Amino acid sequence: MQLIPCPWCGPREETEFHYGGQAHVAYPADPAALSDEDWAEFVFYRDNPVGPFAERWAHTAGCRRWFNAVRDTVTYEFRSVYEMEGMVNDTGGAPFAMPDRVRVSRKTQREVAS
Amino acid sequence: MRSPDLPDHPDQLWRNPEPRRSYDVVIVGGGGHGLATAYHLARHHGITNVAVLEKGWLAGGNMARNTCIIRSNYLWDESSGIYEHSLKLWEGLEEELGYPILFSQRGVLNLAHSLQDVRDSVRRVNANRLNGIDAEWLDPAQVAEVCPIVNVSPEVRYPVLGATYQPRAGIAKHDYVAWGYARAASDLGVDLIQNCEVTGFDISDGKVTGVQTSRGRIAAGRVALCAAGHTSVLAERAGFRLPLQSHPLQALVSELLEPVHPTVVMSNAVHVYVSQAHKGELVMGAGVDGYNGYGRRGAFHIIERQMSAALELFPIFARAHLLRTWAGIVDVSPDASPIMGLSPVDGLYLNCGWGTGGFKATPGVGSCFAHTIANDRPHPYNAPFTLERFTTGALVDEHGAAAVAH
Ligand SMILES: Cc1cc2nc3c(=O)[nH]c(=O)nc-3n(C[C@H](O)[C@H](O)[C@H](O)COP(=O)(O)OP(=O)(O)OC[C@H]3O[C@@H](n4cnc5c(N)ncnc54)[C@H](O)[C@@H]3O)c2cc1C
Ligand SMILES: [Zn+2]
Repeated sequence: MQLIPCPWCGPREETEFHYGGQAHVAYPADPAALSDEDWAEFVFYRDNPVGPFAERWAHTAGCRRWFNAVRDTVTYEFRSVYEMEGMVNDTGGAPFAMPDRVRVSRKTQREVAS
Repeated sequence: MRSPDLPDHPDQLWRNPEPRRSYDVVIVGGGGHGLATAYHLARHHGITNVAVLEKGWLAGGNMARNTCIIRSNYLWDESSGIYEHSLKLWEGLEEELGYPILFSQRGVLNLAHSLQDVRDSVRRVNANRLNGIDAEWLDPAQVAEVCPIVNVSPEVRYPVLGATYQPRAGIAKHDYVAWGYARAASDLGVDLIQNCEVTGFDISDGKVTGVQTSRGRIAAGRVALCAAGHTSVLAERAGFRLPLQSHPLQALVSELLEPVHPTVVMSNAVHVYVSQAHKGELVMGAGVDGYNGYGRRGAFHIIERQMSAALELFPIFARAHLLRTWAGIVDVSPDASPIMGLSPVDGLYLNCGWGTGGFKATPGVGSCFAHTIANDRPHPYNAPFTLERFTTGALVDEHGAAAVAH
């Protein structure tokens, strides 16, 4: 169990959240123009990286709002959280730093958890 | 149901050769699937110039981490085909490999807890029987006859309304299965190379010609992927994507107990599955962790939910101590069915997407995947499981029968 920093509510327990998979997968701009292969890509294909991954989360048992996060899929550490409208930059980093009130060091996470 | 004396092993299980510079077939991943495929290539297709490259130690991935449940009671004809083919091979495997695997056909109960569960289960029983697969629908009293320690009282939060029962289903000792295949393949000339990670592929004119590894380049006529949860990482290095998401899947065992649990019990709705290992541990699994991960450790709340489900179903477990927990990384596909066959690169073959349920398929994968590699076309049993189905829409939707939430 770890704490996940909701951009609006601050650090809350993992069990309050729902996972929404890869972030920034835009609905096709011109759906009628898509080939079967394009549709397969849009519906079924998602990145599956080892390391930082930009993904969507919902704080379902809290404020019920969606947000984006960059999380490491090996250490599970949340590197940043940001609003749905934000776009990741090329390095997979977030456009905004985590707001102060939700930035949780690993040490604090451990302290709060124990 | 319990064999207190586990069999002895031979002094040598397999050779540990240095990798050669070139092979007819290189198999990436030394889990059960890679080993069984190598064995079938050598034994049944006469292709013995084969290497299995394993980045860690042989069969230390999901093969060493799974809960060993073997059954073939899936819903669709396509799945029935390959899983029942596999179950029939399990029934003769000890003889075929000349090695003890402790295959125990103690039956599997899949519990139903709601009216919809009941309807889906009865439908699946009928579908199984039409495919010649042993399946029965049991009412709660009959469930208690098969497994007296299941709480079939109507008083609990999710009462047991009945169960599907496959008597030929069961468990086998996963390590012995791997070692049996490894030994037989090694004896037939297959090189099993441990501590050898495949880091890239040599591809020219759309055809694979070799692999780059942590122990140098190895030329290969054909390359077969058997890397389970890490397959999409490898596919990316070969220049294509796969519709897979990797998740931790956890399991745990209790301390050793006297024989109390005669069969295998699975519950989709409250989500736990339990059997008792040959030595006496209760072996339990749950659903996958909700998010992508490669960390080989899981979230604690999954264990907590799984334990509360187990206690409600089996009040007798209340004082059992938990001994160990661990996780494997499983590759989940969008329709909960495997992807097996050719890939966008010539001579590079795919076997992945088995997710939470590929142990039971190990002999079937060996037989069908070896056929696919040897003939450059799928075996009839894996023909429906191509990558193209995500484009054509011919999905094999087994979420209901896959039995593990994902
Ligand atoms: C907790 C748990 C419970 C499960 N329970 C069941 C069950 O009850 N019944 C059932 O049917 N199935 C079950 N499964 C699923 C089953 O274990 C897998 O589907 C199956 O083992 C996958 O095939 P494999 O044995 O070849 O995979 P693995 O044993 O994982 O083999 C893949 C191998 O590839 C290696 N590898 C990866 N990348 C590279 C690389 N780049 N270079 C070289 N080697 C590489 C890995 O180290 C690994 O050894 C369970 C899985 C888990 C994790
Ligand atoms: Zn919130």
